[in-house]
Amino acid sequence: MMEARTRIDLSALITAVADTIAAHADELTALDQAIGDGDHGLNMKRGFEAVRAEAASLAEKPLPDAIKAIGTKLVMTVGGASGPLFGTLFMALGKEISPEPSRADFAAALGKANDAVAARGKSQIGQKTMLDVLYPVHAAVAAGKSLREIEAAADEAAEATKPMKAIRGRASFLGERSIGHVDAGARSTALIVRAITETLEPA
Amino acid sequence: MKNVGIVIVSHSPKVAEGTADMVRQMVGEEVPLAWCGGNPEGGLGTQVGAIMEAIDKAWSEAGVAVLVDLGGAETNSEMAVEMIGEPRASRIVICNAPIVEGAVMAATEASGGASLRQVVATAHELAPA
Repeated sequence: MMEARTRIDLSALITAVADTIAAHADELTALDQAIGDGDHGLNMKRGFEAVRAEAASLAEKPLPDAIKAIGTKLVMTVGGASGPLFGTLFMALGKEISPEPSRADFAAALGKANDAVAARGKSQIGQKTMLDVLYPVHAAVAAGKSLREIEAAADEAAEATKPMKAIRGRASFLGERSIGHVDAGARSTALIVRAITETLEPA
Repeated sequence: MKNVGIVIVSHSPKVAEGTADMVRQMVGEEVPLAWCGGNPEGGLGTQVGAIMEAIDKAWSEAGVAVLVDLGGAETNSEMAVEMIGEPRASRIVICNAPIVEGAVMAATEASGGASLRQVVATAHELAPA
């Protein structure tokens, strides 16, 4: 657990996240095609492959600098609205996090990063976006939940976007017709969370 | 160039270029103008790096008005402005206006030497109430 201030193997985390996004790219695109513009899988894959290409050099940087650099890379390569949104998440997390974060440090940094994403997207929880996963994950981290509980919370939160009506993003153009589909950004966020938790502590 | 610059950001390179053609028809070379659109694979999308380059290309000391189409173009443009940073950032405004009409009207206003504030106000008059 993170209380031990474990040295984080950033290269392994990057590989796991990039693998997961690549493996689920078609699923993410299908979710986005249902209620959006259908580019989410390809965009996220492009972004995380660009991060993967620099995994070795990123892993040599201090953790805050590395996470910020991941954010900048995502901003410049993902495209769509997801680029600035996921990019802001990592840029803000890197800005707020300490070099060897405790669980409490990480929770505080993630909370601020979530708020930065909300500001970037002019959105809030309950609007069928990635925030609907990020905030429950933050709550689980802050409450000292286990990694298994955190990943379960992320999956449940992504699934819980299904009955929501989209208020932000392309899906909001569909109004009531956005109901009944999982939000692609919420799903990709949950996938990233699970890739990280399963790498930190294999199930 | 003393006139305000115009940047057009569309998900579609065809829309962006076509809009720029319409602007040129109105104002010729009187206004610094640049456009961008599309993703790296040639599909639809917007990219922060391309937007930063377009703003650079259309840069004017009087400032730059950016016209965007759908949400991602706006979010990516906001990110681009933030990454460009000060002192330029406060002289770049992302307009709330329909992209084609907004670009043509804003450029026409800019061609007469109007300030950034006036150019943006002209574009905003076209926004649905």
